[in-house]
Amino acid sequence: MSEPLRVPTMAEYMAQGKQPEVLFWVGCSGSFDDRAKKITKAFARILNKANVDFAVLGAEESCTGDPAKRAGNEFLFQMQAVMNIEVLNGYEVKKIVTACPHCFNTIKNEYPSLGGTYEVVHHTQFLKSLLEDGRLKVEGGKFKGKRITFHDPCYLGRANNVYEAPRDLLRKLEVELVEMRKCKTNGLCCGAGGAQMFKEPEPGNKDVNVERTEQALEVKPDIIAAGCPFCNTMMTDGIKNKEKEDSIEVMDVAEMIASAEEL
Amino acid sequence: MQYIPNILFLIILVLGIGFFTKNIKKLFRNIKLGRDIDRTDNKPLRWRNMAKIALGQYKMVKRPISGILHVVVYVGFIIINIEVLEIIIDGLFGTHRIFGFLGGFYDFLIGSFEILAFLVFVAVVIFWIRRNVIRIKRFLNPEMKGWPKMDGNLILYFEMVLMTLFLVMNAADLQLQILGADHYASESGLVGAFPISQYIAPLFEGMSESSLIILERGAWWVHIIGILVFLNYLYYSKHLHILLAFPNTWYAKLKPKGELDNLDAVTKEVMLMMDPNADPFAAPAEDEGDPEKFGASDVLDLNWVQLMNSYSCTECGRCTSECPANQTGKKLSPRKIMMDTRDRLEDVSKNIDQNGNFQPDGKQLLDDYISKEELWACTTCNACVEACPIGIDPLSIILDMRRYMVMEESAAPSDLNNAMTNIENNGAPWPFNQMDRANWINES
Repeated sequence: MSEPLRVPTMAEYMAQGKQPEVLFWVGCSGSFDDRAKKITKAFARILNKANVDFAVLGAEESCTGDPAKRAGNEFLFQMQAVMNIEVLNGYEVKKIVTACPHCFNTIKNEYPSLGGTYEVVHHTQFLKSLLEDGRLKVEGGKFKGKRITFHDPCYLGRANNVYEAPRDLLRKLEVELVEMRKCKTNGLCCGAGGAQMFKEPEPGNKDVNVERTEQALEVKPDIIAAGCPFCNTMMTDGIKNKEKEDSIEVMDVAEMIASAEEL
Repeated sequence: MQYIPNILFLIILVLGIGFFTKNIKKLFRNIKLGRDIDRTDNKPLRWRNMAKIALGQYKMVKRPISGILHVVVYVGFIIINIEVLEIIIDGLFGTHRIFGFLGGFYDFLIGSFEILAFLVFVAVVIFWIRRNVIRIKRFLNPEMKGWPKMDGNLILYFEMVLMTLFLVMNAADLQLQILGADHYASESGLVGAFPISQYIAPLFEGMSESSLIILERGAWWVHIIGILVFLNYLYYSKHLHILLAFPNTWYAKLKPKGELDNLDAVTKEVMLMMDPNADPFAAPAEDEGDPEKFGASDVLDLNWVQLMNSYSCTECGRCTSECPANQTGKKLSPRKIMMDTRDRLEDVSKNIDQNGNFQPDGKQLLDDYISKEELWACTTCNACVEACPIGIDPLSIILDMRRYMVMEESAAPSDLNNAMTNIENNGAPWPFNQMDRANWINES
């Protein structure tokens, strides 16, 4: 924690006439939500440690439009998309990494037909490639042997068939990876998707995040690993609802790596 | 006089197939009421998907018990239909077991049909028990009351009766062949092998030749008429999936599940807004017609693949049982979305039959069939799409209806309106200043 973060903006790179290797798309949650900001910083610290040449858009970044689109406001979504694409294309961005599966899905799949085509990766995929290229070393450290279950974010898993990257990272941490009854293609949603994060749930007999937390508790984990800031919030709330916050933590995979490496 | 049965059979056959053709035409017409959508890209993958998912039952067996039982009924159904071909030829020409000349191979065929018929019967009985005795939860949701429940059971009764008739017919036939009855017995010994019906035949011992003939003919007639009735029942039933599962898997979405289509009509407007050279006061071109409606409030606003999806749905409820909203007691049930779409489309179909073209009837899919509460409960998690054994996409209908509510009616829940206003004003769903987006960098 001693060193300050080195997080340059695209504008700064542009001023120097340089291109970063990758753009880190932070997302609204990663920028503003107190819990998610910790994930953002953990990921940035890993990028610093691995000497990745990256930049953020900073104040030029805006919501991808994902919640608007899924709420049915296609108009607002496309306005956001077109404005973001204009910024991204202006900086000639080629590759984007993001810690938010919703941003990931939207930019990767829904921007191309509006004129924005980039190579988009989720931060777990990017971290995995850093490991494979030998730019980052990860050892078990403090998580060695801990019981960890990974909650698949819908927009990473089912939506884009990324199941193994986060699990490969967890294996690198030498944890005891346990799967929930509902995982991978059959994973249960945390309840935040489709703009549910921003509204009250419809009447029912339970909240979705509580249901999912109960499934996680069935496998008695020490830590619930997540790969999405919204899932993280929902699962953290679920754990509080079950009054288990003293014994079970909800952590992003990037936070676990940063913590294992004492970054 | 001796040709009366043949002629009678021909009339029944023509009526049965004629009525079926009429319904199939109606089915095509109704599906084509939907908006156009191009789903003809990447044909090799589409054929592979159809072979794997519809023909190969790949997704059915993800739930092993119902999956394997379904494969038994499915294989039995297809293979036993070879026998129906012989039944039709025998019926038309008054022959007896016309394929009998195939000898040992024929014995093998009939023997396999019998074993399959028995297995189908057993599987169907287990299905019935699952629905009516074990009462598996997904068959008891509110949308399964009334006709859908009866439809499910009727199909099972149909199959039980058809399989029983087939075996009784064979048993009586066997008994007649043993008695050496005219027209039945062959000089070259038994025609056909009867691994199952040989155990039924002893029940008919002591019956006279004429009563056996009545029994055999009776079973034969009721069996073939039953098949024709069943064929015509399809259009009115969830059982239509036996035909539509194939095109349904072929035309299913190939793009990543998370990719929701970008509405072209909106892109046009957005591009115009962003175009610095656009004349804001320009008069619309003369022949532009009515502006396109955003989203869907009725079945005619949906695309034809969505409408075909609704006719293909077998109401198995795997979607609903995987739905996070439904599991936590919300009203949303993806299966109900599909059933409502079909019900509404059928109402529109009747309306067209009566009036020549669709006359507004003061009803629509939104509110009159599917409530806003159901639509707002969806998390767009794609669990329903993943669960469907034949590639139905309930989420696309939910999204199109949300689009109508938000863009045509401005009827979003107020919390969502706040979030959307924030996105519009400051580029995030929460009321934070866009200028503060990078503040995290310097926060400890």
